Amino acid sequence: MELDLPLIWAAIIAFAILVYVALDGFDLGIGILFPLVSPRTGHRDDMMNSVAPIWDGNETWLVMGGGGLLAVFPLAYSIVLPALYMPIIVMLLGLIFRGVAFEFRWRVSEKNRIWWDRSFAFGSLVATFAQGICLGALIEGIDVVGRSYAGGRFDWLSPFSVLTGGCLVVGYALLGATWLVMKTEGDLQARARRFAMISGAGTLILIGVVSLVTPFLDTEYHHRWFEGPNLIFSILVPFLLAICAAVLFLGLKKGHEIRPFFAAQGIFLLCYIGIGISFYPRMVPPHLTIWDAAAPETSLRFMIVGTVVLVPIILAYTIHSYWVFRGKVDKDGGYH
Amino acid sequence: MFDISAIDLARLQFAFTVSFHIIFPAFSIGLASYLAVLEGMWLWKKDARYLELFNYWKVIFAIGFAMGVVSGIVMAYQFGTNWSVFSDRAGPVIGPLMGYEVLSAFFLEAGFLGIMLFGEKRVGPKLHFFATLMVAVGTLFSAFWILSVNSWMQTPTGYIISEAGQFVPDDWLAVIFNPSFPYRLVHMVLAAYLTTAFVVGAVGAYHLLHNTADRNARLMFSMAMWMAALVTPVQIFAGDLHGLNTLEHQPAKVAAMEGHYENAKGAPLILFGIPDNEREETLYSIEVPRLGSLILTHSWDGEIQGLKSFPKEDWPNAFIVFWSFRIMVGIGLIMLAIGGWSLLCRYRGRLYEDRWLARAAVASGPLGFVAVLCGWITTEVGRQPWTIYGVMRTSESASPLNASEVGTTLLAFIVVYFVLFGAGVYYMLRLMKKPPSVDMDDDATDLKRALGITAASATLDAADS
Ligand code: HDD
Ligand code: HEM
Ligand code: HEM
Repeated sequence: MELDLPLIWAAIIAFAILVYVALDGFDLGIGILFPLVSPRTGHRDDMMNSVAPIWDGNETWLVMGGGGLLAVFPLAYSIVLPALYMPIIVMLLGLIFRGVAFEFRWRVSEKNRIWWDRSFAFGSLVATFAQGICLGALIEGIDVVGRSYAGGRFDWLSPFSVLTGGCLVVGYALLGATWLVMKTEGDLQARARRFAMISGAGTLILIGVVSLVTPFLDTEYHHRWFEGPNLIFSILVPFLLAICAAVLFLGLKKGHEIRPFFAAQGIFLLCYIGIGISFYPRMVPPHLTIWDAAAPETSLRFMIVGTVVLVPIILAYTIHSYWVFRGKVDKDGGYH
Repeated sequence: MFDISAIDLARLQFAFTVSFHIIFPAFSIGLASYLAVLEGMWLWKKDARYLELFNYWKVIFAIGFAMGVVSGIVMAYQFGTNWSVFSDRAGPVIGPLMGYEVLSAFFLEAGFLGIMLFGEKRVGPKLHFFATLMVAVGTLFSAFWILSVNSWMQTPTGYIISEAGQFVPDDWLAVIFNPSFPYRLVHMVLAAYLTTAFVVGAVGAYHLLHNTADRNARLMFSMAMWMAALVTPVQIFAGDLHGLNTLEHQPAKVAAMEGHYENAKGAPLILFGIPDNEREETLYSIEVPRLGSLILTHSWDGEIQGLKSFPKEDWPNAFIVFWSFRIMVGIGLIMLAIGGWSLLCRYRGRLYEDRWLARAAVASGPLGFVAVLCGWITTEVGRQPWTIYGVMRTSESASPLNASEVGTTLLAFIVVYFVLFGAGVYYMLRLMKKPPSVDMDDDATDLKRALGITAASATLDAADS
């Protein structure tokens, strides 16, 4: 049997990006929520400690997404990165601001801590917004001539990409808030519930707006959603979304601690599938397909062996690490 | 679409970000192994000093590692942002190698780092040690793969070129174990160990100068000086072999390193001088007759090719390569001297008392980093004008960007890196300033400080504020 390696690879990369969004989403969300919590209560310490042991692992999925793209879809990598040059660099700089704060924040006096709090919040916000811009710009399509990017410098900037940027900020805030509901107690948890309510409502509204606009961006998207067998998905996805939303809000109201987090992740998963439907079989809309962009067979084969063996191991020790740090965040476990 | 200055800016940006990046991994690779040794010794010998040192260096490691990670993520994307044509064409070869780096190294480090830093109370000592070990192994895997990539760009083998112009791997073993890779791997890993040893040694010496009795300072100083004494000669030997390998595969680079423009039998060793590519000669040179041939060919009148035997458009910038190489080698010799001196003091039983040795060790703390940077500059500038040696030129590699864009982001990188990483280095230095032997529990020191009972409280104050 001939395996369709490019297709399998597209699925693996999509999986890596999904895991990235699911994991780094909540820890960026913590940063986005940071300014909303008073520095005097000690809550910020708990917020940060709830993700300190795992943020590096979460971010590694981003490297996997980027590195994987270079390895198996080098053409897509070399078109998308120059096209999204500015937002990507801004995202990287944002990730630096927040990443260093995890360590630096504990190395200064109370008085100066505020600076690294700002760095953490600002970096998280900027990185998230830039990721949303990239998503929007990709959905809108990228100009390609021959084997390289042929658009302008500011093609990535449009009302639509700003909208998706905002959408992702609110969405990650939701993930972060529900994570806090799960990992904290008392006053902070009560606040997190409120944040989750508000950002949950905001996320759903913005998702609605984005989904209404997307099918009209180009006729291809319209076809995918409203004609043929995908029509089933077009009905199913909103339906499942409604269920997740119900679980989220009821869970928050009734004081469930774990459900809201997974409901929020469900919302993200569904949106992700929705985007997948819009894209498939293209890698870089509007024209470049998965098969156009794929690396030669030997590269795909060489990488698949290691991936099949190593990714399950990685997932196993990642889960183990989450397990070690399970339960409510330690008052004295992290730095303090 | 893009003019020459956009390429130059892109090169500058890449060189700047990678130079900053390499500083942190060089330290992390060495320190991760050192931490694993310390924790292993603690488990084995149950001597509390090892555990205290482990905890002392662990926090410093965490800061350096965080900076390594964030500056590394930038690198992973810069191939695409700055060198898209190169990425498109070479991606099928270098991409999977870097993919394996992510899978086998980065995840491993990240997955166990949390347990190593925050997990003592949540896992047993064995599992904790295992986590430390995995972090150390991860850094070495990382070096393995990325150096394989870099070496393949220096000495490409095992590929064919497709119709679309892509490099297609033909024999993966030949790609990974390309001719310069084993040398570069050994030399770089030893460099990381030496760099760390000199930092550890400097910190130990600094505290010995303040308090010769500090038992933890003694331990770290002694360990570091053993490394210096034993590993430096090996490193110099490895460097020599590396150079001979380069002579075989990249003779133009070696000609630039040596400042030779003319072919010569029994060529001199040029100690110092100013290589000038315009005038095609090395000005004001101070030479040792025949030694050049002796070192490179191991014979008195061996023939050495000068730059003039290569087309001028294939010359690297000889001035930079010549000098960066000399700085690296000079530092190697200084390290050798310090290692030898420490053996002498040890033999005389004055290792911890010799104040001049301690002062020299403090002064040479940063030398490893300088040597690493100079080594890389030799390697990379010496590879020019090629990105993939002899096959693909730098001028054909760049992304379709324009100068104002790259210039803006370059400026942003410079400002952000200096401010943020500058702060990080400052915090690391401040932690290193704390004496390693006082009670390291923060609460306890707070208490003592409040009561004003320790003599060290003055330094602690300075260190905590
Ligand atoms: C502590 C660091 C350190 C020290 C003391 C030395 N080196 Fe080095 N050297 C490096 C760290 C380094 C490096 C940063 O690791 C490089 C850059 C790329 C590489 O593979 O290793 C390097 C490159 C490098 C190259 C370039 C190879 C190429 O471009 O193909 C040569 C020929 C040498 N070294 C030789 C030496 C010699 C003869 C030394 C003895 C005195 C020496 N090095 C000391
Ligand atoms: C252009 C080349 C390079 C790229 C693209 C690159 C990429 C990266 C990335 C993405 C990370 C972060 C990994 C994480 O998320 O945990 C990283 C960290 C690291 N890199 Fe690099 N890197 C490069 C050069 C090097 C070199 C030359 C070495 C050493 C020989 C090296 C060794 C390491 C190590 C040990 C780490 C772990 C973090 C640390 O120790 O500080 N890298 N690198
Ligand atoms: C091992 C991983 C590394 C890889 C894969 C790598 C790859 C590259 C690439 C693609 C370029 C740009 C193309 C070019 O100008 O030829 C470059 C240039 C450069 N790199 Fe590296 N590099 C690595 C490590 C380093 C390190 C650790 C340094 C630290 C000093 C360094 C210093 C430079 C410099 C100075 C240039 C600019 C050379 C010039 O344009 O004249 N590289 N490298």
